[in-house]
Amino acid sequence: MTTVASPVPATLAPSDVELLRRMLLVRRFEERCAELYSASRIRGFLHLYIGEEAVAVGVGAALEDGDNVVATYREHGHALVRGVPAGAVMAEMFGKVEGCSRGRGGSMHLFSVDHRFYGGHGIVAGGLPVALGLALADRMRGVPRVTACFFGEGAVAEGEFHETMNLAALWTVPMLFCCENNLYAMGTALARSESDTDLTVKAASYGMPAWSVDGMDVIAVREATRRAALQARAGGGPVFLELRTYRFRAHSMYDPELYRSKDEVAVWRERDPIDAIARRLTGAALLDADALEALDAAAMEEVDAAVAFADAGTDEPLSDLTRHVYADRRGERGPEEERT
Amino acid sequence: MTSTTCREAMREAIREAMLADDRVFLMGEDVGAYGGCFAVSKGLLDEFGPDRIRDTPLSESAFVGAGIGAAIAGLRPIVEIMTVNFSLLALDQILNNAATLRHMSGGQVGVPLVIRMTTGGGRQLAAQHSHSLEGWYGHIPGITVLVPATVDDFRGMLAPALADPDPVLIFEHALLYNAEGELSAGSIPPIDRAVVRRSGRDVTIVTYGGSLAKCLVAADQLAGRGIDAEVIDLRSLRPLDDATLLDSVARTHRAVVVDEGWRSGSISAEVSARITEHAFFDLDAPVLRVCCAEVPLPYAKHLEDAALPSVERVVAAVDEVVNVRA
Ligand SMILES: Cc1ncc(C[n+]2csc(CCOP(=O)(O)OP(=O)(O)O)c2C)c(N)n1
Repeated sequence: MTTVASPVPATLAPSDVELLRRMLLVRRFEERCAELYSASRIRGFLHLYIGEEAVAVGVGAALEDGDNVVATYREHGHALVRGVPAGAVMAEMFGKVEGCSRGRGGSMHLFSVDHRFYGGHGIVAGGLPVALGLALADRMRGVPRVTACFFGEGAVAEGEFHETMNLAALWTVPMLFCCENNLYAMGTALARSESDTDLTVKAASYGMPAWSVDGMDVIAVREATRRAALQARAGGGPVFLELRTYRFRAHSMYDPELYRSKDEVAVWRERDPIDAIARRLTGAALLDADALEALDAAAMEEVDAAVAFADAGTDEPLSDLTRHVYADRRGERGPEEERT
Repeated sequence: MTSTTCREAMREAIREAMLADDRVFLMGEDVGAYGGCFAVSKGLLDEFGPDRIRDTPLSESAFVGAGIGAAIAGLRPIVEIMTVNFSLLALDQILNNAATLRHMSGGQVGVPLVIRMTTGGGRQLAAQHSHSLEGWYGHIPGITVLVPATVDDFRGMLAPALADPDPVLIFEHALLYNAEGELSAGSIPPIDRAVVRRSGRDVTIVTYGGSLAKCLVAADQLAGRGIDAEVIDLRSLRPLDDATLLDSVARTHRAVVVDEGWRSGSISAEVSARITEHAFFDLDAPVLRVCCAEVPLPYAKHLEDAALPSVERVVAAVDEVVNVRA
């Protein structure tokens, strides 16, 4: 077995406050999303990441601007960390043309090619083969870029996961398999879906290094990802990261949470990743109560601005309904060519 | 004019594309060392090496998805799937990603991917290797579905498909690989246009791919009896070239649609519906269809032959529409 505990540096740097800032932004943003959902401003499916922020923020902090990210439908945090403006994400959920997918995607399908953020995938495990291809292109062209692909532990049961793991290892592509193990796929606990719940063994069977990481510890996530990215970027092939985390909220907005106890949730909430990093920063004298409050206020402000931006957004004209099915083509058939 | 086979024509098209553009590569099961399960890519591994003639494991979903990702990243992959029945294992990637990402991303993520696969029956391969599901794919907005029937189209459709900013699926009828023909000089008509392969005044036979040759034989037989049939090769199932169809029907007032797919909910149903929607008052007879019998294709030769469209069934259908007195 190739599981290696990742080293955590003993001392924090002043710049690590940025990690806290990002986690707070994601948290406040999603809390507002939940409110806006209740107010019927956001519709469709809405999957909150609350409790899991250390994963997206930790991985994101280890990536470079030129790297690729592919994520799931639980991807607000990943998009924000990647630098997609909060306003564009909120406008997307409002179905506005100013949204990062022009209102065509909604909460589950955030895209921003400018940020090399390639979705926003609603089919469990469906993003994995696409990420493989992004990484393959870089491998073939010798570009030192890494593709980080996020997926839940539920995806491990899908054939697409295994096909992609095998091919990624066989072709030594620069890809990071970022498995967000929050223990439940909707209501299905890992032990009820996997014959062997040690996910790293699956990677080992493809000859791929696999590390289990405490996904509630943003520093541990960042350090493990740094090491993995270094290896992948240098041509060492893919790495599987099991990021052990927990979703504090329901799977989506329609989940009465019959499959787990309130006590279990309460125990995990004590390990809130935001409190954890705030405590460590405070302990290291890099943060005090005022600074924390200021960070939080700034996050709230950014969220307010995002909502205002989305509120001011416009509806795409109905005449554009069938746009973007094919590339807009100039020429005989006009830009809004509809191929039927 | 040079004589060639559809297989060689497609191989030449791939070679040419690979030589012209180093972003192009071919990927699929046994395309390399084995030479392609229908020998289309034979010899290309030696010429281009294993990076660009890339053998894949039996992982249809992953390698089609990898083609999608590589296309998004700026390469121009040609993905080969052995037969259309196996493409069902990659349907998630084809429909939920390739056909969808551009729209879902508000126009940001285009997928300039070409997927080639074999289709069609007639080889006694029974019910998991013989079906014609291209009509199904024609249902999906976001992709283009090409169905070459001639050496010219086998030779000429790949380049425009690769130049397309969106996914293009090419369905190659397996019985056509050995079909020979003269390559014409010059370029083929635009890939989204149907072509009149034989002009006639009395009835329009609409077909594509592996059924074209049968329809042309039927038209010759009918001509011997004084019935002058026009034969249209659709060439593309999405988009469908309504204009060419309707123009023909406006002249002949009768139509028969010939398709190896099953009849119910099929591309032949779509063609028939468009004719009745747009040319109802031009028609002197109901539109008839000659399709595959509604069974999974059987192995036994006499049963398979009976299930597939045949020259006799085409002739009989034409006789029926021609005998309707307006
Ligand atoms: C192929 C597929 N099957 C089923 C679903 C419905 N579904 C949506 S989320 C989900 C659970 C996935 O769990 P996991 O991968 O662990 O991710 P998490 O939601 O916990 O982040 C299911 C079954 C789907 N979207 N795609």
